Amino acid sequence: MKFLPGVPAFPGTSLDNHTGNWRTERPVFDHAKCTACELCEQYCPEPCIVVAEDGKFDADLDYCKGCGICAEVCPFDAIKMVLELK
Amino acid sequence: MPKVIAPRNPKEWSLFTAGHTACAGCGQSLGARLVLNAAGPRTILVNATGCLEVFTTRFPSSAWRVPWLHSLFENASAVGSGVEAALKALGKADDVNVIVQGGDGGTADIGFGSLSGMFERGHNILYVCYDNEAYMNTGIQRSGLTPFGASTTTSPVGSETQGNTTGKKDLPAIAVAHRVPYVATTTVAYPKDLEKKVKKALSIKGPKYLQILVPCPLGWGHDTALTIRLARLAVQSGIFPVIEVENGKLTSVMRIARKVPVDEYLKPQARFRHLFTPAGREELEQVQAIADANIERFGLMGAAAR
Amino acid sequence: MARTLEKTQVMEGSRAIAASVQRCRPQVIAAYPITPQTHIVEYLAQAVANGQLNAEYVKVESEHSAISAVLGAEATGARSYTASSSQGVLLMNEVLYNVAALRLPVVMTVANRAISQPINIWNDHQDAMSARDTGFIQIFAEDNQEACDLHYQAYKIAEHKDVLLPVMVCVDGYVLTHSYEPVSLLDQDMADDFLPPYEPSWALDVDRPITYGVMLGPGEYLEHKYVLQQAQKRALGVIEDVAREFGTLTGRMHAGLVEAYRLEDAEVALVGMGSLVSSLREAADELREQGIKAGVLKIRTFRPFPADRIVQALAGVRRVVVIDKGYSLGSGGILGMEVTAALAAHGVPAVVDRFTGGLGGRPIPASTVVSAVLNPELPRSQDGFLDLKPAYLGEGD
Repeated sequence: MKFLPGVPAFPGTSLDNHTGNWRTERPVFDHAKCTACELCEQYCPEPCIVVAEDGKFDADLDYCKGCGICAEVCPFDAIKMVLELK
Repeated sequence: MPKVIAPRNPKEWSLFTAGHTACAGCGQSLGARLVLNAAGPRTILVNATGCLEVFTTRFPSSAWRVPWLHSLFENASAVGSGVEAALKALGKADDVNVIVQGGDGGTADIGFGSLSGMFERGHNILYVCYDNEAYMNTGIQRSGLTPFGASTTTSPVGSETQGNTTGKKDLPAIAVAHRVPYVATTTVAYPKDLEKKVKKALSIKGPKYLQILVPCPLGWGHDTALTIRLARLAVQSGIFPVIEVENGKLTSVMRIARKVPVDEYLKPQARFRHLFTPAGREELEQVQAIADANIERFGLMGAAAR
Repeated sequence: MARTLEKTQVMEGSRAIAASVQRCRPQVIAAYPITPQTHIVEYLAQAVANGQLNAEYVKVESEHSAISAVLGAEATGARSYTASSSQGVLLMNEVLYNVAALRLPVVMTVANRAISQPINIWNDHQDAMSARDTGFIQIFAEDNQEACDLHYQAYKIAEHKDVLLPVMVCVDGYVLTHSYEPVSLLDQDMADDFLPPYEPSWALDVDRPITYGVMLGPGEYLEHKYVLQQAQKRALGVIEDVAREFGTLTGRMHAGLVEAYRLEDAEVALVGMGSLVSSLREAADELREQGIKAGVLKIRTFRPFPADRIVQALAGVRRVVVIDKGYSLGSGGILGMEVTAALAAHGVPAVVDRFTGGLGGRPIPASTVVSAVLNPELPRSQDGFLDLKPAYLGEGD
């Protein structure tokens, strides 16, 4: 890509970088236990917590680095970290 | 921008976008996202050199959906002063936020002079210091905000000395001494508190200073999942007081409901591991004394705010 | 609307420069005081205080912050200005690279002054030389009229879409800044005609968010430097065009890149920059009276280095005498090195004698230049240092 004067970068371009391939563990959301309290969404450092069609929460696995914060903070024990097996 | 209560997908609305290369569990990336979304799209950001700048702007990638400028390590406040002056000159200052942000090193040490100048001149700028208590981007070296007892690569544990021997430079007090009208601290464990403080700061004309404790799994040596827990324990132990000082008066503190001994905060962090050896006992007691002094000084245990 | 040249007045160089900068309508000024730049920024402060100049004046706490504030202001779309000298220019050094690389058309006056240690507040070109690699365009004024005129031209050159590089207007400290010469300023209408309002090619704008100050890796950084070099090369033509345009408007022709004086049939050419050139002209006249066909090549633009123009001007000359007011310790006079390299690269057979003088404000009268030209041994002895005083030198020196 050609440099523009001053070599700028553009908004939203970080989304091209799928950091999901970093993780060794993946959060699995139990929608039965999830109350959509939003705590996981508030604390995700990426941010990559999305709302699924049923209104419950999931992680966007394209970006999730598997840090485990969401599982740690969930007050309903609805998130479990499982080993990412390829 | 309307407040999005239950976001469908932050890809669509967050002003700070995923795909950045922060470490998993990075407190600073969380802090930056919370600050920017609280400030809204009519915000110009000036960033000092550091982790935040590096992991969000590796060409051609950018995690920023607002105008963003990085110059050097020590001049973010000066660059921001110029941005603010230009907005005034161009008649655009009224509805644009100028936020200057940097890490603890870029704020308290190398950036100290330009920070002081910006405060003294009274620019309408919110300065946010993401305090992870060391120079993390360059490999975890000690800064002026590294707490007493912490091991870093330049204040390591050895036979002669054990970790950092000085306390944190009291930047909030320094800001207050500059007659900065709004000075506050918080941590990423309290996103609502952070959001409230950012919005309050931005509603005030003049310089504002907000210091946010942001745990660093790599630099502090803790499990990536514990970022929020540690950001909470830092407050509940008294190690990191969460306060607001407005026009020189302490107007709010975050009360400690149940005081936590510093051990609970320190133990999960490898940088404090040496405090739990016989050789480190005295230092551990000193750390507890620092926490107790903070509680006393700011009335964190339920005494009326002074 | 008047659009005229104002009546010629005798005034202090700093005051004339400040008045010219004022007519360029800078919107943000950020400056830190250092002798001998101070009068320039003081006059501007007074103009702002009197409501004669509608600018935000940021009273920064250091030169590093002065140029940083100007960087931020220009990046936000405001025409900006700063000035400094010597240590201040050195303190700005890392930011100067930033300003050029971000393609910000800042104009900065440097009241050229020597570099400490020991402290010396008088004129030489060391401060400008320390910035020669930064990507700034550097143009040297010979007298105060040129110093004034250069500022309007500087903004026009800097803001030109094919250039977008900052400009350093070099004005010999004290020699020009503090002397009183007759100058004629452009009136505001004429200045506005010549220099329309700044239209940034990019700016920090909440309606058009963009990220500046990125990280480039080993795979991309080289190309970025190449791009900056191309901008410097394009500036060569723009500088001459702007000088010509200014000349047409005002009737005052200044050379763009270089200016020749009595060089047509010259056998020896005297080469220098800034106020020194006036002494070189005198020296050339004296040499001519002694039967030596001497001429002068004034180098007005040092960056971009006008190698082609220099080679053209000196092609027929047998001997070139360069007098430097800057020095690279461990090597030699900087202008001399660059001239030598340019001539050698183009196969010009002239002998180049390189002298260094004037450091720390030591005057270089025409008589010193004449002696230097007439003494063939001098360049090789004493490392070409003119007017060296043995009394200060030790055993091993």
